[in-house]
Amino acid sequence: MALLDVRSISKSFGAIRALSEVDFSVQAGEVVGLMGDNGAGKSTMVKLIAGNFPPSEGEIVVGGKVCHFHKPIEARAEGIEVVYQDLALADNLTAAQNVFLGREIRKGIWPFRVLNKQAMIDRAAELFAELKSETRPRDLVKKMSGGQRQAVAIARTRLSNAKLVLMDEPTAAISVRQVAEVLELIRRLKARGVSVMLISHRMPDVFAVCDRIIVLRRGSKVADKRTDTTSPEEITGLITGAIRDA
Amino acid sequence: MTPSQPMSQAMPAAELREQDHAAIADIVGIKEQTLFQRFLASQAFWVAIALFVLVVFMTWLEPSFGTSSNVTNITRNFAPIAIMGLGMTVVLITGGIDLSVGSVMGLVAIVAGLLLTWHQPWYVAFGAGLLAGLACGAFNGFFVAYVGMPSFVVTLGMLSIARSLAVVLSGNQMLYQFGADAPIVKAIGQAKWPLREPAGWAPAWMPEFSSHFWVMVVLALIVGFWFNFTAWARHLFAIGGNENAARMTGVPVDWIKFQAYVFSAFTASIASLLLLGYSGSAINAMGTGYELRVIAGTVIGGASLMGGYGTAFGAVIGAAFLEVIRNALLMAGIDSNWQGAFVGGFIILAVLLGMQTSGRSLRGMLEGMFTGKHK
Repeated sequence: MALLDVRSISKSFGAIRALSEVDFSVQAGEVVGLMGDNGAGKSTMVKLIAGNFPPSEGEIVVGGKVCHFHKPIEARAEGIEVVYQDLALADNLTAAQNVFLGREIRKGIWPFRVLNKQAMIDRAAELFAELKSETRPRDLVKKMSGGQRQAVAIARTRLSNAKLVLMDEPTAAISVRQVAEVLELIRRLKARGVSVMLISHRMPDVFAVCDRIIVLRRGSKVADKRTDTTSPEEITGLITGAIRDA
Repeated sequence: MTPSQPMSQAMPAAELREQDHAAIADIVGIKEQTLFQRFLASQAFWVAIALFVLVVFMTWLEPSFGTSSNVTNITRNFAPIAIMGLGMTVVLITGGIDLSVGSVMGLVAIVAGLLLTWHQPWYVAFGAGLLAGLACGAFNGFFVAYVGMPSFVVTLGMLSIARSLAVVLSGNQMLYQFGADAPIVKAIGQAKWPLREPAGWAPAWMPEFSSHFWVMVVLALIVGFWFNFTAWARHLFAIGGNENAARMTGVPVDWIKFQAYVFSAFTASIASLLLLGYSGSAINAMGTGYELRVIAGTVIGGASLMGGYGTAFGAVIGAAFLEVIRNALLMAGIDSNWQGAFVGGFIILAVLLGMQTSGRSLRGMLEGMFTGKHK
């Protein structure tokens, strides 16, 4: 049984049809690349799965259960987490504080319920070790590199034991070294049995980590191929429309 | 090796680590901060040092500065500013500002004063004053947090509204003919501890600290504890750092921002009631211009006007610093009309320094001005 099943999803915003009858599925522990040109419907797809708004037609099935998400928190309850492009981290807090933001561990009884800082730092350190990231729990996010920030954002999804992590352009605007770090993080997630949907413009990154590539063009799915049966040239053709279908 | 090459399990851990990547500290030069280093990096610490130097210098220059009675005066004078500074710090951390605190003081004093002149018991009068203050805070908080208006606009409006209400309610009269509870009200505002002989045990060198000072100490300790050990404060700081991030992780952003404005008004109310008790009279002009002193104090103490930074200690030390400067100028025989210029100058200076501590250097700011970029 697929972890995520997207069944003939369509989404219209007024007269604009952002997505029409898209089907695909994601297996547990699978890394799927979602590619397409600007306006192809990638972000709309991510927002539908993440629960930002419901689809106009079709259904999203998570672990065999038909879901009607209206708010991100509902999708999160089903084990779907999004790592946003702007990463949604508070710069003035430390790595551990960001990982636990909104889910702080507390101890004691009211009105003396205080933060259990050591427990949070220890748990965050464990998560970073698990991801083989050299991020330290007490470092301020403000002073971190792009790769380390990704590690913090990903550690947050590990904290909630997400089954599916959606990553929106995680390798845009970071250095080559950090890209390697982020791709390694994605492999770590896969090794833990977590499914990842990678939304990216960067062909080499998608080919480096993804098992399968889905291409959207003008709101429709035009390809769904295993990475080892395709090539960057073919995918580029599919994205631009030089190749109609595959 | 290429960084993306899969790691061999056979490699010894240490070697693997070295090959995989060098320690991050070596590359980017970030070290985990110890508590002491964090202390050294904080603006409040350096202001405290400056304050200490100033006090030593003034005591040497003007022996009457260091007398215990002058210390009593100074600590009483800055306590209301510091108390409000604690509330202001909470608002500043969210990235907002509260310009209405001075006017709220006036309104609270008049409401409490009116009830006292109507021969109500002191606790009824104080309770009503507090409620009036909290209502102002709730008004501010509602429009900022739930309607989404800029805090500058809403609290500027409240600055005018609360002052006007105070003038109308008082009939533009000074209220001083308090009922039977007048002695209790005065006792609250004028109490001192520890007392000297014959009433108490304190030796002559020890200043008799006012009730204002002790209220400030207790509130500062509570707020300091709150900032460091509660999830509420963690969320408060997160809102100042990245409001969207806080919202996306499920932090009740609007509710916390609302509470911040109510707390600021609460501290203004407490300060107002203490001053009411001290003077034994209520005037509608109480607190005029205090918003500037409060903001100056908190910003000098290291709170950032851009949000995300601030400490309870900073609020107190900043207020103390301003008052010592003011007192020193008086003792040096400088015209007291110069004080406004000094307060204003310190605000600008402190913000300039604060920009560097909050990660935006002066140079970066200037570059940003020319390239039109923020950050």
